[in-house]
Parts: sequence; structure tokens; C-alpha cells
Amino acid sequence: MIVTEPSHDRALDAAASRAHSNRPPAIEAVGLTKRYGDVEALAGLDLVAPAGQVTAVLGPNGAGKTTFVKAVATLLRPDRGSLHVVGIDAITHPQQIRRVIGLAGQNAAVEPALTGRENLVMVARLFGHRRAAARAAADSVLAEIGLTDDADRPVRGYSGGMRRRLDLGASLVGAPRLLLLDEPTTGLDPRTRLELWGSIRALVRGGTDVLLTTQYLEEADQLADHVVIIDHGRSIATGSPTELKARAGRDVVDVRVRHAADLGRTADLLAPLSSDAPHLDPPARRITVPVADGTARLTDAVRAITADGIELDDIGLRRPTLDEVFLALTAHDA
Amino acid sequence: MNTTNTTNTITAPDHPPTALATAGAYASRTIRQFARTPQLLVVGALTSVMFLLIFRYVFGGAIDTGAIAYVDFLIPALAAAAGLFSSGATGVAEDADSGLFDRLRSLPVPRAAVLLGRSLADTALVMWSVVVTIVVGFAVGFRIGGGPLEALAAFGLCVLFAAAFSWLMIYLGLISGTAQAAQGISFSVFPLIFVSSAYVPVESMPGWLQPVAEHQPVTAMVGAVRALTIDADAAMVLGHSTSWFVVRALLWSVVILAVFATLSTRRFARGG
Ligand SMILES: Nc1ncnc2c1ncn2[C@@H]1O[C@H](COP(=O)(O)OP(=O)(O)OP(=O)(O)O)[C@@H](O)[C@H]1O
Ligand SMILES: [Mg+2]
Repeated sequence: MIVTEPSHDRALDAAASRAHSNRPPAIEAVGLTKRYGDVEALAGLDLVAPAGQVTAVLGPNGAGKTTFVKAVATLLRPDRGSLHVVGIDAITHPQQIRRVIGLAGQNAAVEPALTGRENLVMVARLFGHRRAAARAAADSVLAEIGLTDDADRPVRGYSGGMRRRLDLGASLVGAPRLLLLDEPTTGLDPRTRLELWGSIRALVRGGTDVLLTTQYLEEADQLADHVVIIDHGRSIATGSPTELKARAGRDVVDVRVRHAADLGRTADLLAPLSSDAPHLDPPARRITVPVADGTARLTDAVRAITADGIELDDIGLRRPTLDEVFLALTAHDA
Repeated sequence: MNTTNTTNTITAPDHPPTALATAGAYASRTIRQFARTPQLLVVGALTSVMFLLIFRYVFGGAIDTGAIAYVDFLIPALAAAAGLFSSGATGVAEDADSGLFDRLRSLPVPRAAVLLGRSLADTALVMWSVVVTIVVGFAVGFRIGGGPLEALAAFGLCVLFAAAFSWLMIYLGLISGTAQAAQGISFSVFPLIFVSSAYVPVESMPGWLQPVAEHQPVTAMVGAVRALTIDADAAMVLGHSTSWFVVRALLWSVVILAVFATLSTRRFARGG
């Protein structure tokens, strides 16, 4: 496995604010399997989420992300393998795990008929807070997720983003050491997603370890120190976002044609440059193709396209995005 | 968003919640949900009142209940069997579906106590429609023939029956998966109500059906409440003594409660 270097200021902040370098990993899974009938949701998953970091589990639909989160949250028992959460054996001591985790599942599990505050107080009580402490915890979390002004309105009047934030808040009222977020921003518009990212970053600064799952590479890139890409219930790549991008190795020739009608012909011209097929993005009139010898292939591309008289808006060479790394690694799905 | 970090001010609780706190938190959330969802309050009570009015005025004239006025025969039945019309199964399926159950299972709660909270809330909702039905019942001629203590005992039995049936409904909700399925499955208990002495005397049924109707729980429960609310002379018509009904009703309630509370609690604790 690649050793992760914290690559963001945020990670350095976080590291500085916690002087516990000898803490056990937040999560350590070895050979985890879980079968549903014919489907192996987890097929021998090995995964380490280091302490003091944000770990993103990245994978396409059905990769096993939710199954893994449920195993960590003690909602299901793996068929085989070992699973330790903050050093505690999750299979033999689930009740101890429940005292140190906070879970925000894939659906926002908040009650529409109750106010935001009532939702939080209920969960705080269920964490074990006494009445007064539960109210104080709710107040503090409401401020943190920016919902103080809406705290006494019924949740049925909240927007999707507010519900998500409240759900995130509900996972915080017990002051967990490890926060589990299953696709926290799915279904949110870009602005709301940014807001939620802000909330998650603030938590990390406060010293909470976070495991989040996502289908968005950008999200992993923005939030995580450590990324684990899983597919078909197995880990297929792990490292920091920078490392994973470097690992794909190849640069990308990125072309935007002026007229959508030219897309097909341009793709044909680019095809000989690479062993991989060009990737078309018709709405953006873009074509991308990963290449081994970047500058030389860019020159070839420019030559071939100009010789053909196709008009371009843009052409360039760039490092791959995590999206492209992801697609390359999970290519057998496509 | 200007997020000032305040998590540090919350400290993790020293102890997990007690069984009582757990059941209380889930019950009070669910009761508040009912109280703020007018459809739930109105639909539950309205179904019961509708049955009352239809049976009282449409079918009642054709049903011969001997020395007992039909309305006095009917109201105890509606009150005793109200739990079988509960929307509890749907509510449970919704809570499972919304992710609430996953959250609850991820918390350090005594898992066996969670559904007790649900049962308390569902029982309260059923008793609300029972009270509305009794009030409307008085308006359409229902009269209590026995003493006040007996009436109180009858009401207490109704609460017990509602609690027992709430566990049956919780179990149906847990096994059904979706709210729609739960609603469908809830209808499967209707034969229990109709093939009983709830709306018509058992003697009016075909011979082969009578033993079934005679020995099933709803007949015992309805009989117990009737025996306690009509006057002693009329009670002779019921065919058995008050204690005969009450003992059987208590036994049935305990059995239903024990079986379905155990099944439901196991299923919830095991997880999805
Ligand atoms: N309760 C279940 N019963 C049967 N199959 C299941 C169950 N839960 C998950 N699966 C199957 O296990 C596989 C992994 O599912 P999982 O929900 O973990 O994927 P995921 O990575 O979270 O996907 P998504 O991005 O869609 O949320 C899928 O093929 C899914 O159909
Ligand atoms: Mg999922």
C-alpha cells in the first residue's frame, strides 16, 4: 500500500491539532466478506483508514460501499474477515463501537414532523445524554451546521441540503470519535454540496476522524487525505488523491471542437494516438484521450486535426483527473 | 457557511441510555409525529366512527342481538378490536425505510427497548380513536349498563388489547419491507375481526364457522368488554360468565404480546 502524505493545509492543521500519532487506525478491515444470495457485496475487502485523517471510499454503484459502512456501524455482521474500529473488535464488541461512532446513512434519516432541534435532542438522548446535556449538545451542533435560525421549524419545510446538514448534525450529537458518512452529498446541488463540504472540513479540524463514501471523485479530491477505490467488493487502489493521479501515469489530450458535428471525425483522428479509445463528452463538445508520450502525441493531434480542417475551441495536454483514474481502474465495468 | 467549531464543547456521554430513556425517546418522537400529522389522527378515528355509524344505522337493524341493544353490542367490539385497524405496520415500515432504524441500531441503545417505544406510541394512537368512538357512541345511544369500576376495567382491557395488537402490527411492519406492502399486509388481520362476535352474534354464522369464531382471540376480548359494560341481566345473553371471557381475553393478550414482542424484538436486534 502507498503511504499517504498529507497533501493539504487542512490535513496539516488536523495533524497539528492531534498529537496522538500512536492511535490505532480508525478502521482496519482484513479479508471482509458479505454475501447476499448470489451477490458478493464484500469479496475479501482489505481497508485501513488511518487515525487523524479523512478517508474516502470511492466506488461505482453496487461496489459495496454501503455494505462496508454498515459493517463498520455494526448494522450487519460480515460473513468472514476481521474488522477493528478505533482498535476495538467490531464483531465481538459491537456495543462498544456504537459508543464511539456517528452514522449518517445514505438517506437523511430525519423526521419531517419534528423540528430540527427535536430531531437532534432525540438522537442525543439515544446516545445516552441526559435531558439537559442533550439540549446543550443539540444547541451546539445546530450552531455548527448553521441551522440555529431554523432550529424550531418543522423539518418538512427544510430544503434537501438543510435535511442533509441536519442528518450530519444528528451523527455528531454524541461527540463521536469516528464519523461515518455514506454518500453525504448525493442529490445536492453544487452550492449546497460546497456548504456541506465546509461543514465536514470544520469537523475534521475539530479532530473527528471521518470515513465517507462517494461516487464523486471531486469530493474525494476535495475532502480526503486517503482514498480507497473499491469495486465488486474489493479494494483496487489506495493512496492520497495526488498519488492516485500520479499512478495513472499518463497525461490526457483534451480537445474541444467548435461544431458538435465534428465530434465523431475528430475522435477517429485521435484514436491512433493511444491504446485506449477516446472518451466523448457530446454536451461539452469535448474529447479526451489518455496518451503515453504527452507532448509528442499533442503535436500529432494538432497536426492531424488542422490537416483535416476541423475548427477547435481548445486543445491541450493535462494531468488526469481522479475521474479518469477511476474510470481506468474500473474499466472492466464499462 | 461560517462554521465555528463547537463540537469540542460536547463531551461523549458516560453511559449508554437506559431502556426507559430509549423507549421514551422513540415513543415521544412518534407521538409528536402523530400529533402533528392531522391525517393520522383523523383517519384513525374516522375509520372507527364510520364503522360505528354504518353498523349502527345500516346493518344494525338486520342483526338480532336479543336482549342487548345493537349499539351496546357494537361499541365494546369497536373499542376492543381497534388495535387491528391500526396503521402501526405502515409506520414501522416507514421508519425502517427512512433509515431511522439503521441510525437507531448504530446507537448504543439497548436494542430490545427500541420497539417498546413504538408500541407505546401506537397504543396511544389507537386509544385516541377508541375514545373518539366511545364519545360518538354516546351520541348515538350507547349506554353503560354496569358499574363505573367495571367500565374502568373494560377500558383497561382495551388498552391491553391495543398494546398486544400493536406488537402484531409492528411485526407485520418489520417483515413487509415497504410502507405499501405493510398497508396491504395489515388487511390480512381483517378475518380475525369479521369472523368473531364483534359485529354479529356467532350463532348467526354457518355451523362450520362457529367453532372458529367462538375460539379465536377477538371473540374473547370483545366478550370481556361487553360483559363488563352491559347490565347483569343482559349479560346472560352472552352465553358465558364475565370471568369466563375476561380470563380468556387476558390469556390471549399475554400470548399475542409475548409472541409478537419476542419475534419483533429479535428481528429488530438482528438487523436488516
Ligand atoms: N440487503 C441486500 N440484499 C441483497 N443484496 C444486497 C443487499 N444490500 C446490498 N446488496 C447488493 O450488494 C451489492 C453492494 O451493495 P452496496 O449497497 O454496498 O453498494 P454501494 O457501493 O453502496 O452502491 P450505491 O453507490 O448504489 O449506493 C449490490 O450488488 C447490491 O445489490
Ligand atoms: Mg450505497
